Amino acid sequence: MAWLDSLSPQTQFVFFTLLKIGCVLGLLLTLVAYAVLAERKVSALIQDRVGPNRVNLPLIGSIPFLGQFLTKLGFWHPLVDGVKSFIKEDFTPGHVRKIYFWLAPAISLVPAFLVIAVIPFGSTLGAQKMVIADLNVGILYTFGIVSLGVYGVVLAGYAANSKFPFLGGIRASAQMISYEIAMGMSVIPVFLVVGHLNLGKIIEHQAQNGWNVLPIFGGGFSAQTLLLVPCGLVSFVIFFISALAETNRLPFDMAESESELVSGYHTEYSSMKFGMFFIGEYANMFAGAAMMTTLFFGGWTLPFFGLDVAPVAGEWWKGLLHIGIFMGKMLGFMFTFMWIRWMLPRFRYDQLMDLGWRRMIPLALANIILTAGVLALTNR
Amino acid sequence: MALPDILFYLFAFLTLLFGVLVVANPFSRNPVTSAMFLVLTICAMAGLFVLLNAFFLAAVQILVYAGAVMVLFLFVIMLLDLKEEQRRKINLFGIVTGTGAVLGLGFLLTRTIWGGDLEQAANPRVIGDTKALGLELFTKGQFLLPFEIVSVLLLVAMVGVILLSKKELK
Amino acid sequence: MIVKRNALTWFERLYLPAIIGGLKVTTRHFLNTLTTKTPVTQQYPEEPTRVLPGYRGAPYLVRDQDGATKCVSCQLCEFVCPPKAIRITPPGPTGKPADRTNAEKMPEEFEINMLRCIFCGLCQEVCPEEAIFLKSDFSLTGLARSEMIYDKDKLLALGGTHPGIQKWKHKLDEAKEQETFPVKV
Repeated sequence: MAWLDSLSPQTQFVFFTLLKIGCVLGLLLTLVAYAVLAERKVSALIQDRVGPNRVNLPLIGSIPFLGQFLTKLGFWHPLVDGVKSFIKEDFTPGHVRKIYFWLAPAISLVPAFLVIAVIPFGSTLGAQKMVIADLNVGILYTFGIVSLGVYGVVLAGYAANSKFPFLGGIRASAQMISYEIAMGMSVIPVFLVVGHLNLGKIIEHQAQNGWNVLPIFGGGFSAQTLLLVPCGLVSFVIFFISALAETNRLPFDMAESESELVSGYHTEYSSMKFGMFFIGEYANMFAGAAMMTTLFFGGWTLPFFGLDVAPVAGEWWKGLLHIGIFMGKMLGFMFTFMWIRWMLPRFRYDQLMDLGWRRMIPLALANIILTAGVLALTNR
Repeated sequence: MALPDILFYLFAFLTLLFGVLVVANPFSRNPVTSAMFLVLTICAMAGLFVLLNAFFLAAVQILVYAGAVMVLFLFVIMLLDLKEEQRRKINLFGIVTGTGAVLGLGFLLTRTIWGGDLEQAANPRVIGDTKALGLELFTKGQFLLPFEIVSVLLLVAMVGVILLSKKELK
Repeated sequence: MIVKRNALTWFERLYLPAIIGGLKVTTRHFLNTLTTKTPVTQQYPEEPTRVLPGYRGAPYLVRDQDGATKCVSCQLCEFVCPPKAIRITPPGPTGKPADRTNAEKMPEEFEINMLRCIFCGLCQEVCPEEAIFLKSDFSLTGLARSEMIYDKDKLLALGGTHPGIQKWKHKLDEAKEQETFPVKV
């Protein structure tokens, strides 16, 4: 490790950033693949059936107990799905607009990964902070990138040059920009309470004063904390619903409602391009779950066992534990996303837009005014 | 050449390039292509804002301008199904007035930039984080009244559009 | 008729009780399938499919209780088959005599092309001798098209036995029943 110290600080910074990017991307792509499997398994268990349980790799399947257990769990299905995505025929229909056809899956995929760059997924490991880019306008950057993700859907619908995908694309992107507004406005009370836009500092504030969703742990009871409880809860609920709508998940998935609009805006796509849309959808879900964990549920901290401060020099296992806590919370949110899918019927499109514009936005605005009022009156 | 200089030249070149491509792209005469190049111009401009230490402005530029306004532009262009532009015949009057207008504008710009203080403009003296921007807009500075008037102006524009596009109630 | 829809009470209008009810249902299903209840999935190649009686599988020829072919080569199934999957070669004047003593002839060659068969069951309906039945096989595979044209021996082997029309035995049984019905005073 001596050669690391011999490099200049800039080179060290570049090296560690590249290392972090590599690890995060690798982990995220693996998690996305297994999220597809988890969705199929969870959906199956809720519907009284078993999910995928067939893929049996030749060597590993013959390990006595573990091999069969992994097969029953469907553990190798994402591997097989990935191979299938690559070897399927990837054709371009004759009637599409070629440039946008090629561009749309990429534009749909990239913003999801870019959002993960600002999220602190741990405290520190050694001397490195566990966040790729510690921006001072972290949350604004996130919302900006999320709003760029709309272009993928719009261009996908437009490129296909045929009625149903176009309608699906327009509807999906209109839904996304409507709920973006509610999402942005619902997070403003969090900044009013914390005072910073930096995600690391939001987590520190939550470690000291209790989680933003229910700020009564940690800081102890006071009039301000009690009055802020409904604000935090309403904020979280609006953010959760908007995140569901942003990623086009049920109950808001009218745009790609699989039985009604053929396949929505990604009808004309096959093999890897469709795979990229799929990965983009699940990566967006992960980004939304990570945002919720960071903003409302305390990120990598737990309010007991002294886990709410960054570890001192010698305790590297604490850094790993923090990463584990963050992953646990994020996976809990992912499970909730999959769970809600089978619980609620789908919203009709006009009901969806009505909910977004006429209920969520006024509620978020009222929440901002209420939080500001509480903070002003209890003299912060 | 330090990295900020390289980045500045890169972003400036990209902004100018994409700006030119909005009106004069050789790829297709589709209005959607122009709109997409405009989005790229806005993103490059956001990069320039970051180099000037205005992080909040860069993020809000992408959020509002590239992410919402341009998406709505795209909706209008796609839904109205504009045909590709016909080539217009070039006439002398148009060329003369066009060139005159461009020259006049260019003269004004050059005069302003060269006459002013270039050094001070390129090195921002305010460490403008979000809090300072907020204080400047809302309390300390003299921008509170213009800010509120601009928001009322936007409201008037929205109300006007809704009124004009409402169907007649029988 | 007019269906009266009651207005929602304010508690129901919150939608939260409905959502919590939905949560309870899904949780119950999830935990049940995870721990106690067996899922409804049938693991197909390992568990054979149980077909119900009346299922229209692949058509096979049957033998009667003495091991003789019931088919008398009347060719009615060949003419009724919609995709013309059955092809029968009748014996002619110089063919082999029938297996049964009370049958006039039996087919010299009886082929069903399983790739053409649509499993409609018309051949079973039309056969006057109850000689062809649609059994319960639904997945037939072969490595060549010629392999999927089943000839008479294969069809008879796959068909099994089905008792013939035993007219005199049935008349005897009816006569015995007559002795006890109507009830003698």
